[in-house]
Amino acid sequence: MLGVLRRKVACKANASALEQGIRVAASRAFSSSGKEMTVREALNSALDEEMSADPKVFIMGEEVGEYQGAYKISKGLLEKYGPERVLDTPITEAGFAGIGVGAAYYGLRPVIEFMTFNFSMQAIDHIINSAAKSNYMSAGQISVPIVFRGPNGAAAGVGAQHSQCYAAWYGSCPGLKVLAPYSSEDARGLLKAAIRDPDPVVFLENELLYGESFPVSAEALDSSFCLPIGKAKIEREGKDVTITAFSKMVGYALQAAEILAKDGISAEVINLRSIRPLDRSTINASVRKTNRLVTLEEGFPQHGVGAEICASVLEDSFEYLDAAVERIAGADVPMPYAANLERMAVPQVDDIVRAAKRACYRSSSLAASA
Amino acid sequence: MACSATAKIIHNPLLLSSSRSAEKSDSCCKMLGPSSFLGSTSMSKKLVSVNKGASRVSRRSANVVAVSSDVVKEKKLKSSSAASSLLITKEEGLVLYEDMVLGRAFEDMCAQMYYRGKMFGFVHLYNGQEAVSTGFIKLLKKEDCVVSTYRDHVHALSKGVPAREVMSELFGKTTGCCRGQGGSMHMFSKEHNLLGGFAFIGEGIPVATGAAFTSKYKREVLKEDCDEVTLAFFGDGTCNNGQFFECLNMAALWKLPIVFVVENNLWAIGMSHLRATSDPQIWKKGPAFGMPGVHVDGMDVLKVREVANEAIARARRGEGPTLVECETYRFRGHSLADPDELRDPAEKAHYATRDPITALKKYILENNLASEAELKAIEKKIDEVVEDAVEFADESPVPARSQLLENVFADPRGFGIGPDGKYRCEDPKFTEGTAQV
Repeated sequence: MLGVLRRKVACKANASALEQGIRVAASRAFSSSGKEMTVREALNSALDEEMSADPKVFIMGEEVGEYQGAYKISKGLLEKYGPERVLDTPITEAGFAGIGVGAAYYGLRPVIEFMTFNFSMQAIDHIINSAAKSNYMSAGQISVPIVFRGPNGAAAGVGAQHSQCYAAWYGSCPGLKVLAPYSSEDARGLLKAAIRDPDPVVFLENELLYGESFPVSAEALDSSFCLPIGKAKIEREGKDVTITAFSKMVGYALQAAEILAKDGISAEVINLRSIRPLDRSTINASVRKTNRLVTLEEGFPQHGVGAEICASVLEDSFEYLDAAVERIAGADVPMPYAANLERMAVPQVDDIVRAAKRACYRSSSLAASA
Repeated sequence: MACSATAKIIHNPLLLSSSRSAEKSDSCCKMLGPSSFLGSTSMSKKLVSVNKGASRVSRRSANVVAVSSDVVKEKKLKSSSAASSLLITKEEGLVLYEDMVLGRAFEDMCAQMYYRGKMFGFVHLYNGQEAVSTGFIKLLKKEDCVVSTYRDHVHALSKGVPAREVMSELFGKTTGCCRGQGGSMHMFSKEHNLLGGFAFIGEGIPVATGAAFTSKYKREVLKEDCDEVTLAFFGDGTCNNGQFFECLNMAALWKLPIVFVVENNLWAIGMSHLRATSDPQIWKKGPAFGMPGVHVDGMDVLKVREVANEAIARARRGEGPTLVECETYRFRGHSLADPDELRDPAEKAHYATRDPITALKKYILENNLASEAELKAIEKKIDEVVEDAVEFADESPVPARSQLLENVFADPRGFGIGPDGKYRCEDPKFTEGTAQV
C-alpha cells in the first residue's frame, strides 16, 4: 500500500538536487516492506550522518554529551565524535545560543539543543535578533546556518512552565524557518534539510513522539535523503473536510479521520511539516477540493498557527468555503497539572471529530454522507 | 596575596601632565565616590590617580584555577622605567593618530548630518573613546574578528571598513556596507570580519564568544592553521547583564581566544555606573571566572595598546581570555537624542582635558616622532576623506523597492510556495523589480 510519487526534493548538500521524494501512506498498520524506526532513532541517525558528512557540524546543549541527551536523542554521538563536537554546556541558554550564533556567523554549522523549547525563551533574543535578522541586517553578507532543536509543546503532567507550544511565536518571525516533524521519516528528512540549510531553522520536536515507531522507506534510510522545507504532506486523502495539523496532532487527526470515515465523512489530513514557510498552496488546493476546513494545533488559540491558516484561506479561497473555518487549539489557560484538567486543556480525538462534523453540517445543503 | 603595586610608580612618558591631572583627578575621585573605584584600596588617592596607568597584567600559568581578587601582579615594562624610551615608532604613531582623528572627524560629521536631517533614528557617537578602538583594533589582522555594540561607527572604521560605506549606511543608501538595511547600530562587514553592530547590550558578547569558539574549533577539529582572535567591545552597563557572566564562564572554561574589552565610560545613558553596580571595579570580575582582569586608562592610547598587545598575544598563544577594563569617557551624550543633563559639567570638563587625541599629539611632538606639519597634513587628509564620504553618501541612490524582500534568507525558498504551487522566489515579479535571489 505504498504509493510512490516523484517530487522534486531540494537538498542543500553540495547544491545537488535530489529528484526523489517518496510518499508513504499514512496508516501505520501497513508496514509491509519498510522497516520501522522510532522518531528518536530517526533524529539520532540524522544527526549522526550529518556530523559525519560535514566536520563543521557540531552539537551544543545541556546534557547532550555524557548524559547521552536529556531525551537520548544524541545517544552515542559523544563517543563517536568526541567532546569537541558534542559539547555539554553549563545552564546558560542565552550564552550558548549566542555562542552558536557567533560560530555560525564565522563559518561553522551548529546544532543547538534546548532541553525543551520553553527554555528557549531565555535565549530568544539570540534566535530572533542575532540569528533570524542577521542576513537581512548585513545585506546578505552574514548568513547563519544554525539549527535550534528540542522538544516543543505539552508532555505529560509537566505543568505550565514546561508545556507551551512555540510554533506560533517563531512562526511569525521573518528570517526564520520553522519545522515541525511528525513521523520518523519527517524527522529524518527535515532535520537533515535543516542542518544543510544556510538559514536559521527552529526545529520543533515533540517529546511524546520520540518513542513512537513509524515505517520508513528505503529511500528515507539513505544518507542523502532530505525533505523540502516549505512543503506540506497529505497524510490521508479525502473529499469532505480538510484537517490541518502538525507534530503530535497529526496522529490525533488521523485517528479522528478513521472515526469520521465510519460516519461517512471523508477527511483529508494535511501534515504541515513546515510552519514557516507555510505551504499555503497545498492547504488552499485541499480546501478548494473539500470546501471545509478544520485547523488543529496544541498551542494557545490566540494568534496561533490556526489563525494564520484561517486568514490565508480566507484570502485565497473565500468563495470555495461552504462552512466557517473551525479552529481547534489548546485551552486558553496555562497548562494545568491535574491529569484530568490537562486532558481538557489539550485537543483530544473526539474534539476533532466533533469539530469536523460541525464543519460538515453547517451548510444548509447537508452533504455529510459520501 | 595583596597587590604589590603599593609604591611603584611606573614612569610613563604620557604622564607628563600628571601633576596637573592629579589634582583634578583628586577632585574627580571625590566626585565619583570611593577611591576604591580607581584602584586598589591599599593605595592612597594620589598614588591611585598617578598610578592609574599601571598595567597590572597577571601572568598566570594554565594551571591556576582558584584566585583571590588581588592576583594581578605588577608587570615590569620591558622598556624599563626610563622616561626616554619610546613606546611606538614614527610609523605606528602616525597610524594611530590618523585612525583617532578619522574617528573623531567622522563622528563630528555624523552629528552635523543628523541635525541636518540626513541621518535619522538612533545614532550613538564615540567621541572621546577613540583611544580604545584605535589601541586595540590597530593590533589586529584582517582575519581577526571584532564584535561591537550600537556605538560601532568607529570600530568599523578602525577595522578597515571604508568611511564612504559607513557614511552611506548611516544615510540609508544602497551603497552602504549593509546596503542600507542595517543602519547605525548594525554595521556588519564580512570582508573585514566585523560581526556587528548589536542594539541589545550584551547581545554581542555571546556572538563574539562564538566566533572565538569557531577559531578554536578550526584549529583543533578541522586542523586548520588558525590563530584568529576575537575582540568583544561593550560598556559598563553591560557588565551587569547575565549574558556577560555566562560568557566569561564559558570563555574561561573552554579557553577561547577572546579579549573582553569593557569601555567603561561611567554612564549607561543616564545611569551612573556607581549607582548601578554593587562592585564598580569591573576588572575584578575576570579573576572570579578564572581569567586575568586588567584595568587601564582608556584615554591614553599608548597604555591601551600595551595592554591590548599582551591580551591579544595571550589569546593567540592559546592561553585563553582576558578581561580588560578601559576607563574612558564619551564627550557627547549617549545618543544624539540624549540631552545629557545628568552628567556633572565639572566631570565633563575634567575629561575634556584628557582628550586622547591631544595627548597623543603631544607625545608625538615632544618625542620628535613627527613634525607639526605632518600631523596637520594628516588632519587635512582626514577632513577630505570625511567630506568625500558625505558627498558619496549624498549622491548614492536609496535602495530600490525590490530590495525590501531581499536578503531575508540566504536560501530564498524560505519565502515558501505561492498559490500557484511554485516557490515564490522563482516568480520574477516577486519583488516587483529585479530581485537578486
